Amino acid sequence: MLTYPSASFGGYVDSAYRSGDLVVQPRMGFSAPETMRRGLIEVRRSGVPTVGTITLDSYTRTGDYQALRRALDDGVSLNGFPIVTYPHEVTASVLEGVWSSEFPVQVRHGCPLPEDIFAAISDLGLDASEGGPVSYCLPYSRVPLEDSIEAWARACERFAATSGRGVLPHVESFGGCMLGQLCPPSLLLALTVLEGIFFRAHGLTSVSLSYAQQTHPEQDLEALTALRRLGQEFLSDIDWHTVVYAYMGVYPFERLAAEALLRDAAELAVRGGARRLLVKTPAEAHRIPTIAENVRSLRLAAAAAAEVGNAGTSGIRRETGIYEEAGALIEAVLELGEDPGTALGRAFERGLLDVPYCLHPDNPGRARSYVDETGRLRWASVGAMPIGQVADTREITGSDLLASLYYVQRKYDRRASHEACVKPEGIEPGEI
Amino acid sequence: MTGSGPVRPTGSAEDGVMRVLLSSVPSDAHTWNLVFLQLALEQAGIRVRNLGACVPTSSLLDAVDDWRPDVVVISTVNGHGYPDGRHLIGEFRARPSSRSIPIVIGGKLGIAGASDRHRIRELVRLGFDAVFPDDSDFVELESFLRSLPTTTAGAMRSERGPAC
Ligand code: B12
Repeated sequence: MLTYPSASFGGYVDSAYRSGDLVVQPRMGFSAPETMRRGLIEVRRSGVPTVGTITLDSYTRTGDYQALRRALDDGVSLNGFPIVTYPHEVTASVLEGVWSSEFPVQVRHGCPLPEDIFAAISDLGLDASEGGPVSYCLPYSRVPLEDSIEAWARACERFAATSGRGVLPHVESFGGCMLGQLCPPSLLLALTVLEGIFFRAHGLTSVSLSYAQQTHPEQDLEALTALRRLGQEFLSDIDWHTVVYAYMGVYPFERLAAEALLRDAAELAVRGGARRLLVKTPAEAHRIPTIAENVRSLRLAAAAAAEVGNAGTSGIRRETGIYEEAGALIEAVLELGEDPGTALGRAFERGLLDVPYCLHPDNPGRARSYVDETGRLRWASVGAMPIGQVADTREITGSDLLASLYYVQRKYDRRASHEACVKPEGIEPGEI
Repeated sequence: MTGSGPVRPTGSAEDGVMRVLLSSVPSDAHTWNLVFLQLALEQAGIRVRNLGACVPTSSLLDAVDDWRPDVVVISTVNGHGYPDGRHLIGEFRARPSSRSIPIVIGGKLGIAGASDRHRIRELVRLGFDAVFPDDSDFVELESFLRSLPTTTAGAMRSERGPAC
């Protein structure tokens, strides 16, 4: 078993799990240092098992420091915290007295060429980040996949070297999300496990594997169970845990609906044995959430998780082969080369990995998916991926695609508006 | 505006079908908005060239020169739409080859939700022909496109004065 240094991201998550707690975490990033600091303080004070997040802005993600400067000079608020552009003293003053062994902080970004970001993280002594050579390239850029793979290899090695200073650097793969929606579970699992293998190959010994809530609770539970099994099989020699993302696609517009979806994500995380959950807020469909909205969501998710915890887990009624499909994809990719980065690059070149609806030039672009009549996310076509024949390869029309894109939003918004209209029983008119 | 029936052609393509160059801004990685707009525009009988996410302004300008679209539609939702739009339109209007091509921008332009009237007006002043904040409907874009002059694109371009 792994022994953690006195303060580490992986160690914190592990000990929370041992005491029966799901760690809940916000997606949060502000460009004003005072706001970023206040955000971390409020999250820490939320009273639930949580870790802090610094989400970086789009200019830093795309490496456009000129545009970033221009925006800051014009007093524009960014969609995240520009950790590379601010002098380290500024970021240190944001973290001072907040970040500690009781409150780890993770930097989340979305950058295919992340060396500047990992340099800043390492200089600041932070020990946790997120990403991956595929999951931070295809959904986030038009940078050639090969360049991203090389840059991620160098960045991971640099980050891994910080272990010489007594920290345990942790990287979470974003492979379980990709474009946020319409990527069937088996491919998400394969990508996140392959990125975990990539991280290990470049010296990291503490990683997390992700899975974003999709369209069907039972399918998601099967996927999460399969992910843990795959983690045990492929990464048993390093520290790893699974993390769930509350729905990452088009979010319900109404508050009650958004909260119901978040509660379902918390339930999924607990039932599926995940150790950490990234929350969303009712502002998701509209704008960047406030600090207060984030804190409210953390509490709501923690409460929902605690309720499920008491209820115990329930089994899956029907296995649909997610584990087998993901395993087949992983094996096929690993056969393409000793080095996992090379293998990943070749896999996309040959179409063995193919993310539905992804416009990136290096994505084969033949795979298609849809949400079926029962709400399950399914393949319409697998392109050249080695996952056998799809029983009913079908043509996806524009309206099929829109129906699938808005399936979750509609389902939850409709249900919430229905519930809001139903009067509680036994109350006389005029009594409320 | 009923939103049904083919869009009136502006006449630049030989077959008379309107051609829209669809693009994001350099900082924005979102693509579902582009996929959505492409589908909706195509459904309205418009030919679309979709440049995808994180498009450098120079690539957008090259695509304009290369394809000579009737209209350029910019979509962005990451919340940097005001600063990115301001920079983009400066370059777009400064270049003779794109100076008089109609161009619109829409999406979630800021990070605060409610649209910022002051900033929208600024984008129009700088040269956008229309701005569609998040609460606008696709139908509004469609009626804007239908309202464009039906003269040949070349004539249309030379007749249009500098954008307001
Ligand atoms: C999926 C998603 C992602 C995926 C995108 C994958 C991909 N390659 O596309 C991932 C997970 C990678 C992602 C990343 C990020 N995202 Co995002 N994402 C979403 C999400 C959940 C759904 C978007 C979606 O699929 N919409 C479906 C399409 C069809 O609709 P739409 O984009 O809303 O566009 C509609 C209208 O805006 C309008 N429209 C759009 N453009 C135009 C143009 C014209 C001319 C017209 C007429 C209309 C129009 O038409 C569409 C249909 O109604 C939204 C929140 C939500 N809506 O639920 C956040 C959201 C858009 N993301 C957001 C942000 C900030 C980011 C990040 C910067 C990370 C961060 N800091 O949080 C990064 C992007 C990095 C970068 N370089 O830009 C914010 C934007 C905040 C704001 N503007 O106030 C949102 C709103 C979430 C939030 N509340 O914080 N995201």
